[in-house]
Amino acid sequence: MSIKEQIREKLGSKVIDWYQHSSRRIYVSIKPKDIREVASLLFNELKLRFSIATGLDTPKGFEILYHFNFDKSGEIISLRVLLEDKKNPQIDSLATLFPAAEWIEREMWELLGINFIGHPNLKRLLLSDEWPEGKYPLRHQQ
Amino acid sequence: MSHKVVIPIGPYHPLQEEPEFFRLYVEGERVVDIDIIIGYNHRGIEELSEHKHFDQVAFLVERICGICSTSHPFAFCLAVEDLAKIEVPERALYIRTIIAEMERIHSHLLWLGLAGHFIGYNTVWMWAWKYREPILDCFEMITGNRNHYAMMKIGGVRRDIKDEDIPALKKALDDLVPAVDMFKGAVMDDPVIQARLKGIGILTKQQAIDWAVVGPTARASGINIDVRRDDPYGAYDRVSWNVIAEKDGDIFAKTVVRILELYESISIIRQCLDKMPKGEIDANVKDIPAGEGIGRVEAPRGECFHYVRSDGTNRPIRHKIRAPSYMNVASNKVAAVGQTISDTTITLAAVDPCYCCTERVVVLDKATDKKIMNGWDLIKLSQEKTEQLKKTIGGKS
Amino acid sequence: MNLKLKALTKSLWVFHAACSPCNNCDIEILDLLTPRYDVERFGMVLVGSVRHADVLLVTGVPNYKTKERLKKLYAQAPQPCLVIAVGNCACGRIMFKDSYNSPCAVDEIVPVSAYIPGCPPKPEAMISGVVKLINKLQGKK
Repeated sequence: MSIKEQIREKLGSKVIDWYQHSSRRIYVSIKPKDIREVASLLFNELKLRFSIATGLDTPKGFEILYHFNFDKSGEIISLRVLLEDKKNPQIDSLATLFPAAEWIEREMWELLGINFIGHPNLKRLLLSDEWPEGKYPLRHQQ
Repeated sequence: MSHKVVIPIGPYHPLQEEPEFFRLYVEGERVVDIDIIIGYNHRGIEELSEHKHFDQVAFLVERICGICSTSHPFAFCLAVEDLAKIEVPERALYIRTIIAEMERIHSHLLWLGLAGHFIGYNTVWMWAWKYREPILDCFEMITGNRNHYAMMKIGGVRRDIKDEDIPALKKALDDLVPAVDMFKGAVMDDPVIQARLKGIGILTKQQAIDWAVVGPTARASGINIDVRRDDPYGAYDRVSWNVIAEKDGDIFAKTVVRILELYESISIIRQCLDKMPKGEIDANVKDIPAGEGIGRVEAPRGECFHYVRSDGTNRPIRHKIRAPSYMNVASNKVAAVGQTISDTTITLAAVDPCYCCTERVVVLDKATDKKIMNGWDLIKLSQEKTEQLKKTIGGKS
Repeated sequence: MNLKLKALTKSLWVFHAACSPCNNCDIEILDLLTPRYDVERFGMVLVGSVRHADVLLVTGVPNYKTKERLKKLYAQAPQPCLVIAVGNCACGRIMFKDSYNSPCAVDEIVPVSAYIPGCPPKPEAMISGVVKLINKLQGKK
């Protein structure tokens, strides 16, 4: 079974949307509440490599893309979640699943204002202490 | 009674190019914890990108890092080409590959020099950088600049490689091979260097997986990944070459990976120069549709990852940039712990941190006792250790 | 020009103070020490502590964290200390001037004696810049 087939089978009804953009770029939408389970499946069980996560401010909400790789085939499987509550965006942290997620969650927290529940070390990564609270440089409306 | 002592490295010692703060917590001679704080190089480039036209972004991201300056525009262009499903002309694929491999050569030689200095082999530093100069001359000949070559463009490359320049480029590569042979012999066969680097700064395979490291850092720990082979781009699937991987995960392994990659890069460039067809170098892209794309390249330090989203206007609405060092520097949290102070400098430098790419890491100070030693002193400690080893083992200098 | 400044132009002890650079200027500065350019034959030495510095070579764009560092470094340098801004970013921030994380330019933090533009400036340009500065200090044309 190809990695795509394995992922589809294991995720089952957790998949809200499955979009194959090109031969090695796949975007899978899931609900925010499922992120830990799905990420664990991809990282621990299927042994995909975590590249990075992208946080975006969109009119519909805060979107986070978690980019995983299956290096044997060169495919990038990006998990997409949408946090619709823009006043209080939050999602479970993946940092306790794998340390590779620690820094990027801190970065998304300070640049976008998304809270990562359960993160062991949620404090500023890039911005200086001088930087005012509540000001998020990557948010579109300020 | 063991006491916790804080030794900050940096931020401004001459051979770590970026101010970065590693605060080491030591008990006696051993590092027991390390704190990394970054932010010293944060220039808000992702946000700046949203205010530039797509063609301007390539110039902007080139300046994320001076050493792997073509990797970022390359990955960005690939991301946009993925988004818009743009076909790049074949000649441009070869030119892109040649430039990227020349960059790998200059970057690895740069690292060899710095590593040599850190462990007290200043002749290695001088030699490595001396042999780097002809590569920079070739860059200047082809692109007009020693660094920041501005070659990558969405849909192709901005300049062609002229036929009359090819002999000079081939000669530079021919002259480089005996130099790399010399480094290989000097490094891999020297018992003092082996004693200095083997078993030091080990990143185990499992740690490398958990911290998702990339590039030579990963390959030295037995993780056989390389974007050029796994998710091919440019002309890498049109020429034959090998991925270099080692098993031990120590600094010696990382050094070996980089030296052997030099040979592969030379071979790739030679094959590209021979196989490169005549033709267009630019797809002449006019508009970027709405959508999203991911581009990645194997920069000298590892996977350089760009994600771009467009809404159909002439600027990205989101541009995520992840440099390889972002993952690799973080892994020092485990690799540097357990080392002796005299091994710290080389351990931290072993991931080839391109600090500009990532950010400096600053460590938060937790200890109550403070013994301040600056980075200069730490390099001296490292060099002194080598001197001691030379006396006991003997070897070339 | 005072005797001390005249004297220090004979052998310059240089301290490299990076703000938030991309590293290119910094590598080209280090390149000056390598055999092809070999500035040590002019008496230019890279020192590890700002307290020994005659010259601060500043590279990169100041951001909120590095602006404070630069201020502190300049305050610790023994006077007279000359500041040379190396590279376009240190000279005028250029494409980073609209960055949310860059509050000001280098010459708004410390007085700059010489600007060496370029991205990065070639080693020859850096040597030329330093020589021009020395000539100016010595009252030559």
